[in-house]
Amino acid sequence: MSGTVAVIDYGMGNLHSVASALEHVGAERVVVTCDAGEIRAADRVVFPGVGAIRDCMAEIRRLHCDELLQLALTEQRKPVLAICVGMQALMTDSEENGGVSCLNIIPGRVRHFGHPLQDADGQRLKVPHMGWNRVRQVRPHALWQGIPDDSRFYFVHSYYVTAEDRSLVAGSVEYGVTADAALARDNLFAAQFHPEKSHTAGLQLLRNFIEWNPAC
Amino acid sequence: MGLAKRIIPCLDVDNGRVVKGVNFVDIRDAGDPVEIARRYNEQGADEITFLDITASHQGRETTVHTVEAIAREVFIPLTVGGGIRSVEDIRTMLNAGADKVSINTAAIHEPELVRRASQRFGAQCIVVAIDAKRVDDVDGQPRWEIFTHGGRKPTGIDAVAWAVKMAELGAGEILLTSMDRDGTKNGFELGVTRAITDAVDIPVIASGGVGNLQHLVDGILLGGADAVLAASIFHFGEYTVPQAKIYLAEHGIEVRS
Repeated sequence: MSGTVAVIDYGMGNLHSVASALEHVGAERVVVTCDAGEIRAADRVVFPGVGAIRDCMAEIRRLHCDELLQLALTEQRKPVLAICVGMQALMTDSEENGGVSCLNIIPGRVRHFGHPLQDADGQRLKVPHMGWNRVRQVRPHALWQGIPDDSRFYFVHSYYVTAEDRSLVAGSVEYGVTADAALARDNLFAAQFHPEKSHTAGLQLLRNFIEWNPAC
Repeated sequence: MGLAKRIIPCLDVDNGRVVKGVNFVDIRDAGDPVEIARRYNEQGADEITFLDITASHQGRETTVHTVEAIAREVFIPLTVGGGIRSVEDIRTMLNAGADKVSINTAAIHEPELVRRASQRFGAQCIVVAIDAKRVDDVDGQPRWEIFTHGGRKPTGIDAVAWAVKMAELGAGEILLTSMDRDGTKNGFELGVTRAITDAVDIPVIASGGVGNLQHLVDGILLGGADAVLAASIFHFGEYTVPQAKIYLAEHGIEVRS
Protein backbone atom coordinates (compact mmCIF):
# COMPACT_ATOMS: atom_id res chain seq x y z
CA MET A 1 0.00 0.00 0.00
CA SER A 2 1.56 3.24 -1.13
CA GLY A 3 -0.80 5.54 0.79
CA THR A 4 -0.34 9.22 0.01
CA VAL A 5 2.91 10.34 -1.58
CA ALA A 6 3.75 14.00 -1.06
CA VAL A 7 6.03 15.54 -3.66
CA ILE A 8 7.55 18.59 -1.97
CA ASP A 9 7.01 21.63 -4.18
CA TYR A 10 9.30 24.52 -3.36
CA GLY A 11 8.58 26.30 -6.62
CA MET A 12 11.65 25.23 -8.58
CA GLY A 13 10.19 23.83 -11.76
CA ASN A 14 8.46 20.87 -13.29
CA LEU A 15 7.21 18.34 -10.75
CA HIS A 16 4.54 17.14 -13.13
CA SER A 17 6.80 14.33 -14.41
CA VAL A 18 7.52 12.94 -10.94
CA ALA A 19 3.85 13.02 -10.01
CA SER A 20 2.69 11.39 -13.27
CA ALA A 21 5.32 8.67 -12.97
CA LEU A 22 4.27 7.89 -9.38
CA GLU A 23 0.64 7.69 -10.47
CA HIS A 24 1.62 5.53 -13.43
CA VAL A 25 3.27 2.92 -11.18
CA GLY A 26 0.21 2.77 -8.94
CA ALA A 27 0.57 5.31 -6.14
CA GLU A 28 -2.85 5.61 -4.52
CA ARG A 29 -2.67 9.37 -4.08
CA VAL A 30 -0.02 11.87 -5.08
CA VAL A 31 0.01 15.45 -3.82
CA VAL A 32 2.40 18.09 -5.12
CA THR A 33 2.57 20.54 -2.26
CA CYS A 34 4.54 22.77 0.06
CA ASP A 35 1.79 22.68 2.69
CA ALA A 36 3.20 21.56 6.05
CA GLY A 37 -0.01 19.78 7.04
CA GLU A 38 -0.17 17.74 3.85
CA ILE A 39 3.50 16.78 3.97
CA ARG A 40 3.20 15.81 7.63
CA ALA A 41 0.12 13.69 6.91
CA ALA A 42 1.61 11.91 3.87
CA ASP A 43 2.82 8.32 4.09
CA ARG A 44 5.81 8.88 1.82
CA VAL A 45 7.77 11.93 0.74
CA VAL A 46 9.56 12.72 -2.51
CA PHE A 47 12.09 15.56 -2.37
CA PRO A 48 12.85 16.57 -5.97
CA GLY A 49 14.89 19.42 -7.31
CA VAL A 50 15.91 21.07 -10.53
CA GLY A 51 17.81 24.23 -11.28
CA ALA A 52 20.53 26.08 -9.46
CA ILE A 53 21.35 25.03 -5.88
CA ARG A 54 21.46 28.55 -4.39
CA ASP A 55 17.87 29.33 -5.43
CA CYS A 56 16.75 25.86 -4.38
CA MET A 57 18.28 26.17 -0.90
CA ALA A 58 16.81 29.65 -0.44
CA GLU A 59 13.30 28.39 -1.25
CA ILE A 60 13.70 25.20 0.80
CA ARG A 61 14.56 27.31 3.85
CA ARG A 62 12.02 30.05 3.19
CA LEU A 63 9.20 27.50 2.96
CA HIS A 64 10.57 25.46 5.93
CA CYS A 65 10.81 22.37 3.74
CA ASP A 66 14.05 21.51 5.57
CA GLU A 67 12.19 21.14 8.86
CA LEU A 68 9.46 19.03 7.25
CA LEU A 69 12.09 16.83 5.68
CA GLN A 70 13.85 16.35 9.02
CA LEU A 71 10.54 15.53 10.64
CA ALA A 72 9.73 12.91 7.99
CA LEU A 73 13.20 11.40 8.24
CA THR A 74 13.90 11.26 11.94
CA GLU A 75 10.65 11.51 13.89
CA GLN A 76 8.04 10.13 11.53
CA ARG A 77 10.53 7.75 9.88
CA LYS A 78 8.63 7.74 6.60
CA PRO A 79 10.17 6.54 3.34
CA VAL A 80 11.81 9.53 1.65
CA LEU A 81 13.13 9.65 -1.92
CA ALA A 82 15.38 12.57 -2.91
CA ILE A 83 16.02 13.19 -6.61
CA CYS A 84 18.83 15.08 -8.41
CA VAL A 85 19.23 18.53 -6.84
CA GLY A 86 17.08 17.18 -3.98
CA MET A 87 19.91 14.70 -3.31
CA GLN A 88 22.55 17.43 -3.62
CA ALA A 89 20.62 19.58 -1.13
CA LEU A 90 20.99 16.82 1.49
CA MET A 91 24.78 17.16 1.51
CA THR A 92 26.97 19.49 3.58
CA ASP A 93 27.77 22.00 0.88
CA SER A 94 27.99 22.54 -2.88
CA GLU A 95 30.59 24.25 -5.06
CA GLU A 96 27.82 25.58 -7.32
CA ASN A 97 27.05 29.32 -7.41
CA GLY A 98 30.37 30.11 -5.73
CA GLY A 99 29.69 27.86 -2.73
CA VAL A 100 26.39 27.14 -1.02
CA SER A 101 25.68 25.61 2.39
CA CYS A 102 23.25 22.71 2.19
CA LEU A 103 21.24 20.70 4.73
CA ASN A 104 24.05 18.43 6.03
CA ILE A 105 21.61 15.56 6.44
CA ILE A 106 24.24 13.37 4.77
CA PRO A 107 27.79 14.69 5.34
CA GLY A 108 29.57 15.11 2.02
CA ARG A 109 30.44 17.42 -0.83
CA VAL A 110 28.90 18.44 -4.15
CA ARG A 111 31.61 19.28 -6.69
CA HIS A 112 31.79 20.34 -10.33
CA PHE A 113 32.77 17.63 -12.81
CA GLY A 114 35.75 19.74 -13.78
CA HIS A 115 37.14 21.10 -16.97
CA PRO A 116 38.41 19.53 -19.09
CA LEU A 117 36.85 16.19 -18.19
CA GLN A 118 38.14 12.96 -19.73
CA ASP A 119 37.30 9.29 -19.48
CA ALA A 120 39.84 6.52 -18.79
CA ASP A 121 40.75 6.39 -22.51
CA GLY A 122 41.45 10.12 -22.72
CA GLN A 123 38.20 10.88 -24.59
CA ARG A 124 36.80 14.33 -23.88
CA LEU A 125 33.54 14.29 -21.89
CA LYS A 126 30.89 16.99 -22.15
CA VAL A 127 29.41 18.76 -19.12
CA PRO A 128 26.53 18.60 -18.15
CA HIS A 129 26.61 14.83 -17.78
CA MET A 130 23.44 14.45 -19.84
CA GLY A 131 21.90 11.18 -20.94
CA TRP A 132 21.71 7.49 -20.09
CA ASN A 133 24.53 6.07 -18.02
CA ARG A 134 25.05 2.77 -16.21
CA VAL A 135 24.48 2.62 -12.49
CA ARG A 136 26.54 0.07 -10.58
CA GLN A 137 24.54 -1.28 -7.65
CA VAL A 138 27.25 -1.05 -5.00
CA ARG A 139 25.11 -2.85 -2.44
CA PRO A 140 21.69 -4.49 -2.38
CA HIS A 141 18.72 -2.31 -1.55
CA ALA A 142 14.94 -2.71 -1.65
CA LEU A 143 14.75 0.02 -4.31
CA TRP A 144 16.98 -1.96 -6.68
CA GLN A 145 14.61 -4.92 -6.66
CA GLY A 146 13.83 -6.16 -10.17
CA ILE A 147 16.40 -3.80 -11.74
CA PRO A 148 19.44 -5.52 -13.29
CA ASP A 149 22.83 -4.27 -12.09
CA ASP A 150 24.41 -1.77 -14.51
CA SER A 151 21.03 -0.66 -15.87
CA ARG A 152 21.03 2.73 -17.53
CA PHE A 153 19.28 5.70 -15.91
CA TYR A 154 18.81 9.24 -17.20
CA PHE A 155 21.19 11.81 -15.70
CA VAL A 156 21.44 15.54 -16.22
CA HIS A 157 23.80 17.40 -13.88
CA SER A 158 27.07 19.34 -13.83
CA TYR A 159 27.84 18.81 -10.13
CA TYR A 160 28.27 15.45 -8.45
CA VAL A 161 27.98 14.08 -4.93
CA THR A 162 30.58 12.33 -2.79
CA ALA A 163 29.33 11.19 0.62
CA GLU A 164 31.87 11.06 3.46
CA ASP A 165 30.52 7.79 4.82
CA ARG A 166 31.19 5.42 1.92
CA SER A 167 28.96 2.76 3.48
CA LEU A 168 25.96 4.89 2.48
CA VAL A 169 26.68 4.54 -1.26
CA ALA A 170 24.03 2.35 -2.89
CA GLY A 171 24.90 3.10 -6.51
CA SER A 172 27.76 4.66 -8.43
CA VAL A 173 28.28 6.05 -11.93
CA GLU A 174 31.45 6.58 -13.97
CA TYR A 175 31.84 9.86 -15.83
CA GLY A 176 35.47 10.93 -15.75
CA VAL A 177 35.20 10.47 -11.99
CA THR A 178 33.31 7.93 -9.91
CA ALA A 179 30.25 9.78 -8.63
CA ASP A 180 27.65 8.69 -6.08
CA ALA A 181 24.56 7.86 -8.14
CA ALA A 182 22.50 6.73 -5.15
CA LEU A 183 22.84 7.01 -1.38
CA ALA A 184 20.74 5.18 1.17
CA ARG A 185 20.43 5.41 4.93
CA ASP A 186 17.57 3.92 6.95
CA ASN A 187 14.33 5.30 5.47
CA LEU A 188 16.08 7.66 3.03
CA PHE A 189 17.06 6.89 -0.57
CA ALA A 190 18.64 9.59 -2.73
CA ALA A 191 19.26 9.37 -6.48
CA GLN A 192 21.31 11.67 -8.69
CA PHE A 193 19.53 10.34 -11.78
CA HIS A 194 15.89 10.98 -12.66
CA PRO A 195 13.86 7.79 -12.11
CA GLU A 196 10.78 9.57 -13.50
CA LYS A 197 12.61 9.97 -16.83
CA SER A 198 14.39 6.62 -16.86
CA HIS A 199 11.75 4.52 -18.58
CA THR A 200 11.52 0.88 -17.43
CA ALA A 201 14.33 0.92 -14.86
CA GLY A 202 13.21 4.25 -13.42
CA LEU A 203 9.57 3.26 -13.17
CA GLN A 204 10.59 0.02 -11.42
CA LEU A 205 12.56 2.05 -8.86
CA LEU A 206 9.51 4.27 -8.21
CA ARG A 207 7.31 1.18 -7.91
CA ASN A 208 9.77 -0.20 -5.36
CA PHE A 209 9.67 3.13 -3.51
CA ILE A 210 5.89 3.19 -3.13
CA GLU A 211 6.00 -0.38 -1.78
CA TRP A 212 9.05 0.16 0.42
CA ASN A 213 8.73 -0.52 4.15
CA PRO A 214 12.14 0.35 5.55
CA ALA A 215 12.76 -1.38 8.84
CA CYS A 216 14.35 1.25 10.97
CA MET B 1 31.52 1.63 -20.76
CA GLY B 2 29.92 5.02 -20.25
CA LEU B 3 27.31 7.45 -21.36
CA ALA B 4 25.17 6.17 -24.26
CA LYS B 5 24.80 8.18 -27.45
CA ARG B 6 21.17 9.22 -27.74
CA ILE B 7 18.67 8.65 -30.54
CA ILE B 8 15.94 11.29 -30.58
CA PRO B 9 12.86 11.06 -32.83
CA CYS B 10 11.44 14.50 -33.62
CA LEU B 11 7.76 15.35 -34.07
CA ASP B 12 6.86 18.47 -36.05
CA VAL B 13 3.49 19.54 -34.73
CA ASP B 14 1.04 22.06 -36.19
CA ASN B 15 -2.15 22.84 -34.28
CA GLY B 16 -1.84 19.68 -32.24
CA ARG B 17 -1.26 17.37 -35.24
CA VAL B 18 1.98 15.81 -36.41
CA VAL B 19 2.87 17.05 -39.89
CA LYS B 20 5.40 15.59 -42.33
CA GLY B 21 3.26 12.48 -41.82
CA VAL B 22 3.86 9.38 -39.83
CA ASN B 23 3.35 5.98 -41.31
CA PHE B 24 3.68 3.25 -38.72
CA VAL B 25 1.98 0.10 -39.90
CA ASP B 26 -0.07 -0.44 -36.77
CA ILE B 27 -0.96 3.08 -35.73
CA ARG B 28 -4.59 4.17 -35.58
CA ASP B 29 -4.15 7.88 -36.10
CA ALA B 30 -1.04 8.94 -37.96
CA GLY B 31 -1.38 12.55 -36.88
CA ASP B 32 -1.82 12.16 -33.13
CA PRO B 33 1.37 13.32 -31.38
CA VAL B 34 0.45 11.57 -28.14
CA GLU B 35 0.04 8.21 -29.84
CA ILE B 36 3.25 8.67 -31.82
CA ALA B 37 5.24 9.75 -28.76
CA ARG B 38 3.93 6.71 -26.88
CA ARG B 39 5.10 4.52 -29.75
CA TYR B 40 8.62 5.95 -29.70
CA ASN B 41 8.71 5.61 -25.91
CA GLU B 42 7.85 1.91 -26.29
CA GLN B 43 10.47 1.47 -29.02
CA GLY B 44 13.21 2.64 -26.63
CA ALA B 45 13.85 6.16 -27.94
CA ASP B 46 16.21 7.98 -25.57
CA GLU B 47 14.33 11.27 -25.70
CA ILE B 48 11.60 12.87 -27.76
CA THR B 49 11.70 16.33 -29.32
CA PHE B 50 8.44 18.11 -30.01
CA LEU B 51 8.80 20.97 -32.47
CA ASP B 52 5.80 23.27 -32.51
CA ILE B 53 5.36 24.95 -35.87
CA THR B 54 1.93 26.38 -35.06
CA ALA B 55 1.60 29.98 -36.15
CA SER B 56 -1.60 31.04 -34.39
CA HIS B 57 -1.93 32.03 -30.75
CA GLN B 58 -4.96 29.79 -30.36
CA GLY B 59 -2.99 26.86 -31.70
CA ARG B 60 -0.34 27.41 -29.03
CA GLU B 61 -2.84 26.56 -26.31
CA THR B 62 -3.44 23.28 -28.09
CA THR B 63 0.31 22.71 -27.92
CA VAL B 64 0.33 23.10 -24.14
CA HIS B 65 -2.44 20.50 -23.81
CA THR B 66 -0.61 18.12 -26.14
CA VAL B 67 2.61 18.47 -24.14
CA GLU B 68 0.64 17.75 -20.96
CA ALA B 69 -0.88 14.64 -22.51
CA ILE B 70 2.50 13.35 -23.70
CA ALA B 71 4.16 14.03 -20.35
CA ARG B 72 1.51 11.95 -18.57
CA GLU B 73 2.45 8.85 -20.54
CA VAL B 74 6.02 9.18 -21.69
CA PHE B 75 8.71 8.57 -19.08
CA ILE B 76 11.75 9.66 -21.05
CA PRO B 77 12.93 13.27 -21.45
CA LEU B 78 10.79 15.53 -23.60
CA THR B 79 12.12 18.67 -25.29
CA VAL B 80 9.70 21.26 -26.63
CA GLY B 81 10.76 23.89 -29.16
CA GLY B 82 9.24 26.37 -31.56
CA GLY B 83 7.90 29.81 -30.78
CA ILE B 84 9.58 30.11 -27.37
CA ARG B 85 10.14 33.85 -26.88
CA SER B 86 10.21 34.61 -23.17
CA VAL B 87 10.90 33.26 -19.69
CA GLU B 88 7.12 33.02 -19.35
CA ASP B 89 6.86 30.79 -22.46
CA ILE B 90 9.55 28.55 -20.97
CA ARG B 91 7.77 28.35 -17.64
CA THR B 92 4.51 27.43 -19.41
CA MET B 93 6.15 24.53 -21.25
CA LEU B 94 8.06 23.26 -18.21
CA ASN B 95 4.87 23.37 -16.16
CA ALA B 96 3.07 21.48 -18.92
CA GLY B 97 5.62 18.69 -18.48
CA ALA B 98 8.51 19.49 -20.82
CA ASP B 99 11.91 18.60 -19.39
CA LYS B 100 13.82 20.91 -21.71
CA VAL B 101 12.88 23.86 -23.86
CA SER B 102 14.59 24.72 -27.10
CA ILE B 103 15.13 28.40 -27.94
CA ASN B 104 15.90 29.39 -31.52
CA THR B 105 15.09 32.80 -33.07
CA ALA B 106 14.44 34.49 -29.72
CA ALA B 107 18.07 33.84 -28.72
CA ILE B 108 19.21 35.71 -31.82
CA HIS B 109 16.97 38.71 -31.09
CA GLU B 110 17.76 38.64 -27.38
CA PRO B 111 20.78 36.55 -26.31
CA GLU B 112 20.27 37.58 -22.68
CA LEU B 113 17.10 35.47 -22.67
CA VAL B 114 19.36 32.40 -22.60
CA ARG B 115 21.23 33.69 -19.56
CA ARG B 116 18.05 34.63 -17.69
CA ALA B 117 16.36 31.33 -18.50
CA SER B 118 19.41 29.33 -17.50
CA GLN B 119 19.73 31.14 -14.18
CA ARG B 120 16.04 30.77 -13.47
CA PHE B 121 15.43 27.17 -14.54
CA GLY B 122 18.96 25.70 -14.73
CA ALA B 123 21.17 25.03 -17.73
CA GLN B 124 19.95 21.42 -17.87
CA CYS B 125 16.64 22.47 -19.41
CA ILE B 126 17.83 25.17 -21.82
CA VAL B 127 18.60 23.94 -25.34
CA VAL B 128 19.67 26.46 -27.95
CA ALA B 129 18.67 25.50 -31.50
CA ILE B 130 21.00 26.65 -34.27
CA ASP B 131 19.96 26.56 -37.93
CA ALA B 132 23.18 26.76 -39.93
CA LYS B 133 23.88 27.06 -43.64
CA ARG B 134 27.23 26.76 -45.39
CA VAL B 135 28.50 30.09 -46.76
CA ASP B 136 32.15 29.59 -47.65
CA ASP B 137 34.68 32.40 -47.44
CA VAL B 138 36.06 33.93 -50.64
CA ASP B 139 39.19 31.81 -50.25
CA GLY B 140 37.01 28.69 -50.08
CA GLN B 141 37.43 28.10 -46.34
CA PRO B 142 34.29 26.42 -44.98
CA ARG B 143 32.15 28.68 -42.84
CA TRP B 144 28.59 28.32 -41.55
CA GLU B 145 26.17 31.10 -40.87
CA ILE B 146 22.93 31.15 -38.87
CA PHE B 147 19.76 31.52 -40.92
CA THR B 148 16.24 32.20 -39.67
CA HIS B 149 12.79 31.85 -41.26
CA GLY B 150 13.30 28.24 -42.26
CA GLY B 151 16.68 28.93 -43.82
CA ARG B 152 15.63 31.91 -45.95
CA LYS B 153 17.00 34.82 -43.94
CA PRO B 154 20.74 35.20 -43.26
CA THR B 155 21.79 36.79 -39.97
CA GLY B 156 25.51 37.30 -40.62
CA ILE B 157 26.22 35.37 -37.40
CA ASP B 158 28.93 32.71 -37.52
CA ALA B 159 27.39 29.44 -36.30
CA VAL B 160 30.47 28.17 -34.43
CA ALA B 161 31.10 31.47 -32.63
CA TRP B 162 27.39 31.61 -31.77
CA ALA B 163 27.43 28.13 -30.25
CA VAL B 164 30.36 29.13 -28.04
CA LYS B 165 28.55 32.29 -26.96
CA MET B 166 25.34 30.39 -26.16
CA ALA B 167 27.28 27.89 -24.04
CA GLU B 168 28.86 30.81 -22.15
CA LEU B 169 25.44 32.37 -21.56
CA GLY B 170 24.24 29.14 -19.96
CA ALA B 171 22.80 26.85 -22.63
CA GLY B 172 22.91 23.22 -21.47
CA GLU B 173 22.85 21.71 -24.94
CA ILE B 174 22.97 22.69 -28.63
CA LEU B 175 20.51 21.38 -31.22
CA LEU B 176 22.30 21.90 -34.51
CA THR B 177 20.32 21.69 -37.74
CA SER B 178 21.95 21.97 -41.15
CA MET B 179 19.56 23.93 -43.36
CA ASP B 180 21.44 22.68 -46.45
CA ARG B 181 20.68 19.11 -45.50
CA ASP B 182 17.30 19.28 -43.75
CA GLY B 183 14.84 17.14 -45.70
CA THR B 184 17.44 15.95 -48.24
CA LYS B 185 18.18 12.51 -46.77
CA ASN B 186 21.83 13.06 -47.77
CA GLY B 187 23.19 12.86 -44.22
CA PHE B 188 24.31 15.42 -41.67
CA GLU B 189 26.57 18.33 -42.65
CA LEU B 190 29.54 16.83 -40.81
CA GLY B 191 31.83 19.86 -41.14
CA VAL B 192 29.70 22.15 -38.99
CA THR B 193 28.81 19.31 -36.62
CA ARG B 194 32.49 18.62 -35.97
CA ALA B 195 33.38 22.32 -35.73
CA ILE B 196 30.72 22.96 -33.09
CA THR B 197 31.22 19.77 -31.07
CA ASP B 198 34.93 20.60 -30.87
CA ALA B 199 34.27 24.21 -29.91
CA VAL B 200 31.88 23.70 -26.97
CA ASP B 201 31.93 21.59 -23.81
CA ILE B 202 28.16 21.08 -23.70
CA PRO B 203 26.43 18.21 -25.57
CA VAL B 204 25.47 18.69 -29.22
CA ILE B 205 22.52 17.07 -30.99
CA ALA B 206 22.99 16.71 -34.75
CA SER B 207 19.93 17.22 -36.93
CA GLY B 208 18.97 17.62 -40.56
CA GLY B 209 19.41 15.24 -43.46
CA VAL B 210 19.23 11.73 -42.02
CA GLY B 211 18.32 9.26 -44.76
CA ASN B 212 19.76 6.00 -43.46
CA LEU B 213 21.37 4.45 -40.40
CA GLN B 214 24.93 5.03 -41.59
CA HIS B 215 24.17 8.77 -41.42
CA LEU B 216 23.50 8.41 -37.69
CA VAL B 217 26.82 6.58 -37.24
CA ASP B 218 28.66 9.27 -39.23
CA GLY B 219 27.09 12.06 -37.16
CA ILE B 220 28.44 10.45 -34.00
CA LEU B 221 31.81 9.05 -35.14
CA LEU B 222 32.78 11.73 -37.67
CA GLY B 223 30.72 14.69 -36.49
CA GLY B 224 31.34 14.00 -32.80
CA ALA B 225 27.65 14.47 -31.92
CA ASP B 226 26.42 13.35 -28.50
CA ALA B 227 22.93 12.67 -29.83
CA VAL B 228 21.29 12.33 -33.23
CA LEU B 229 17.83 13.56 -34.12
CA ALA B 230 15.73 12.26 -37.00
CA ALA B 231 12.13 12.44 -38.13
CA SER B 232 11.23 10.85 -41.42
CA ILE B 233 13.34 7.67 -41.27
CA PHE B 234 11.44 6.70 -38.13
CA HIS B 235 8.04 8.18 -39.01
CA PHE B 236 7.66 6.23 -42.21
CA GLY B 237 8.72 2.98 -40.63
CA GLU B 238 11.83 2.71 -42.82
CA TYR B 239 13.72 1.98 -39.63
CA THR B 240 12.67 1.44 -36.04
CA VAL B 241 14.55 2.89 -33.08
CA PRO B 242 15.75 -0.61 -32.03
CA GLN B 243 17.13 -1.23 -35.56
CA ALA B 244 19.02 2.06 -35.35
CA LYS B 245 20.46 1.11 -31.96
CA ILE B 246 21.59 -2.30 -33.18
CA TYR B 247 23.30 -0.65 -36.16
CA LEU B 248 25.05 1.89 -33.95
CA ALA B 249 26.16 -0.84 -31.53
CA GLU B 250 27.59 -2.86 -34.46
CA HIS B 251 29.70 0.19 -35.24
CA GLY B 252 31.14 0.33 -31.75
CA ILE B 253 28.85 3.08 -30.44
CA GLU B 254 27.43 2.76 -26.93
CA VAL B 255 23.65 2.83 -26.89
CA ARG B 256 20.95 2.12 -24.34
CA SER B 257 19.52 -1.22 -25.35
